[in-house]
Amino acid sequence: MSMQGLAVANETGVERKTLVEVEGLRRVFDLSKPWLNRMIEREGRVFLTAVDGVDFSIRQGETYALVGESGSGKSTIAKMAVGLLPPSAGSIAIDGADVWGKKSPEAERRMRRKIQMIFQDPFASLNPRWRVGSIIAEPIKAFGLIDDPLDRAARVGELLSLVGLDPRDGQKFPHEFSGGQRQRIAIARALASEPNFIVCDEPTSALDVSVQAQVLNLLRDLQERLGLTYLFISHNLAVVRHVATRVGVLYLGRLVEEAPARELFAAPQHPYTKMLLEAVPDIEMEGKDRQSIAGEIPNPITPPAGCHFHPRCPVRRPECDVETPPPHRVGDATVRCHLFGSAS
Amino acid sequence: MTPALSVRNLRIEIPTRRGVLTAIDDLSFDIAPGEVLGMVGESGAGKSITGSAVIGLLEPPGRVAGGEIHLAGERIDHLPPERMRHIRGKRIGMIFQDPLTSLNPLYRIGDQLVETIMTHQRMTTAEARDKAQRLLEEVGIPAAKTRLSSYPHQFSGGMRQRVVIALALAADPELVIADEPTTALDVSVQAQIIALLKRLCAERGAAVMLITHDMGVIAETADRVCVLYAGRLAELGPVRDVVKHPQHPYTIGLMSAIPSLTGDPDEALAQIPGSMPRLGAIPAGCAFNPRCGYRFDPCTVERPPPYDAGAGEAACFLHAPAFARQAPAETLRQADAAGIQLSIPNGEAAR
Ligand SMILES: Nc1ncnc2c1ncn2[C@@H]1O[C@H](COP(=O)(O)OP(=O)(O)OP(=O)(O)O)[C@@H](O)[C@H]1O
Ligand SMILES: Nc1ncnc2c1ncn2[C@@H]1O[C@H](COP(=O)(O)OP(=O)(O)OP(=O)(O)O)[C@@H](O)[C@H]1O
Ligand SMILES: [Mg+2]
Ligand SMILES: [Mg+2]
Repeated sequence: MSMQGLAVANETGVERKTLVEVEGLRRVFDLSKPWLNRMIEREGRVFLTAVDGVDFSIRQGETYALVGESGSGKSTIAKMAVGLLPPSAGSIAIDGADVWGKKSPEAERRMRRKIQMIFQDPFASLNPRWRVGSIIAEPIKAFGLIDDPLDRAARVGELLSLVGLDPRDGQKFPHEFSGGQRQRIAIARALASEPNFIVCDEPTSALDVSVQAQVLNLLRDLQERLGLTYLFISHNLAVVRHVATRVGVLYLGRLVEEAPARELFAAPQHPYTKMLLEAVPDIEMEGKDRQSIAGEIPNPITPPAGCHFHPRCPVRRPECDVETPPPHRVGDATVRCHLFGSAS
Repeated sequence: MTPALSVRNLRIEIPTRRGVLTAIDDLSFDIAPGEVLGMVGESGAGKSITGSAVIGLLEPPGRVAGGEIHLAGERIDHLPPERMRHIRGKRIGMIFQDPLTSLNPLYRIGDQLVETIMTHQRMTTAEARDKAQRLLEEVGIPAAKTRLSSYPHQFSGGMRQRVVIALALAADPELVIADEPTTALDVSVQAQIIALLKRLCAERGAAVMLITHDMGVIAETADRVCVLYAGRLAELGPVRDVVKHPQHPYTIGLMSAIPSLTGDPDEALAQIPGSMPRLGAIPAGCAFNPRCGYRFDPCTVERPPPYDAGAGEAACFLHAPAFARQAPAETLRQADAAGIQLSIPNGEAAR
């Protein structure tokens, strides 16, 4: 079952169609030693459930943000969504087409073209030996979008202008640009195949705040102009508040809370969401008494039984140690916490 | 009171094949005992290199080319490496971004602590072990006694950074230099570590130079903050003033670019056009002038020194009456609207 109900009208009252549908998504990594070692050391197999039954959907033109601590499974979901990593179970459909379903090579190409990804590190994700123009032209060639070299060069210039760079910058190499400019180049490359869905995995984490503002504003501006849909991953809640339409909070591979961004920040429901919001250093410094967060993230190989969060939870109940909380509707939010009703 | 650390007119040069780069240019600041001074600025602004100069670990070919560094009144920038090695660890504690670089993966946590304690203090091994255990307890490691025999990889990232803090404080230093101490840590753990560092240094009366580009961390931890831009001081003042009433146009831009948990999320973030110049290409006059909305004639010609500004100081001609009088009235009006506390009376400006 999807954690959200049917498509809900957005603020302006216009119904937007669902573009991305994630259902029962699961990914298990096998961390076992080779068979012989296991026999000698008398050890069993070891599995790590990085993503444990995640459902959500994203409507066209909106930004869905995934937040959570390191190791909660954000990047694993991102990789499955763009087709880089197969899920162990569950499905991801983009515009009705299953990302991991069997399809004709033609349909496969069509789908790949429509999904792009922007990574955290603008330094590592650009080939240092290629001129920026060739980096951006590569997807245009690969998908056979523009055959004429002159037209293609013109399109590259257009893309560079679109992300706020000079068309002549195409002649330069990546190392001649600053971090923020490189992230702009990565965005231009992602836009080259005319995608409608872009997965941004910590796109500004490596950047300074002043540069981050430029990149976030650019992403938002492009969304408005091109109608893009984003899956936006970040551990910075202030950034997420600024970009997201909906937010999903991950804890050890499970979505513990999901809500429209406004609701989530105004009235967080899950104790973990509250804790995360508490932990944000605040430049307003309004002398709020920070509730110090107890404990650290548990070992994901042997996650706590019941609600994964129970060892750190300030309001834990007896059932939390044994029973996995089912989803509960609380206003516009979906919360997996026993506080909102005991499991039947 | 003698400052714990006093940096006067520091100049750091890096000779390269294409000429000598000036990484830090005429930087002065003090840190009082028990005070936390935040060092902020964009990547490449010169935060780490300043910290390295203070502890005498500038990476060659970088060198201190001018100015003085005093630790509790004693000049330390020209000491022989042997003397400096003794001061590091004993009188200056260091905490870096990645706890793994400060911990030896092959030695037990307890042995590393004991060794550090015994290098700097006359103690028996048993006494040092006791102290090591107390330190681990102080930084909040549960079951400290058993944990003394753990190896670094058996600790989580947050626990390792606690151990590094324990190591930095082992010899009761007068000054602690923390370079991005929480950047590699998780959001939920960052707050714990920062609170811990602040409490322990306050208890011991140690001065802290806290280097980070996270203004949220600075706002919650620092007493005063020093804003660097292209290797130069832009603004220095009490943290509340710098955060709420910044006086340098660069700081104003920086503050409004930070997304916050309050305010209208639908509004676009304020952004400073352009980017910080590379060291080899710092413009004449004020380093910030090509990006500055308040630029007027002298800014492109002469470099502004720090002037008194609000509750602190800012290197901006708007704060120098003799210069500000030359600014167009419209520039002054906008500066005033942005909260810059001009030192010339309204209407006294030339046109
Ligand atoms: N290829 C892999 N093999 C084994 N384990 C993996 C692999 N990729 C991820 N994991 C594990 O899966 C869990 C989720 O990892 P993931 O990278 O999705 O986290 P994340 O939320 O993106 O964290 P971060 O904020 O640190 O990027 C972690 O425990 C990680 O160690
Ligand atoms: N060996 C070197 N050769 C040339 N330039 C150098 C060298 N070492 C440092 N620099 C330059 O000195 C300047 C200051 O660097 P520093 O590491 O202090 O920056 P920072 O403010 O700590 O930045 P970050 O936030 O990225 O850590 C940078 O422009 C850097 O490129
Ligand atoms: Mg990740
Ligand atoms: Mg640094």
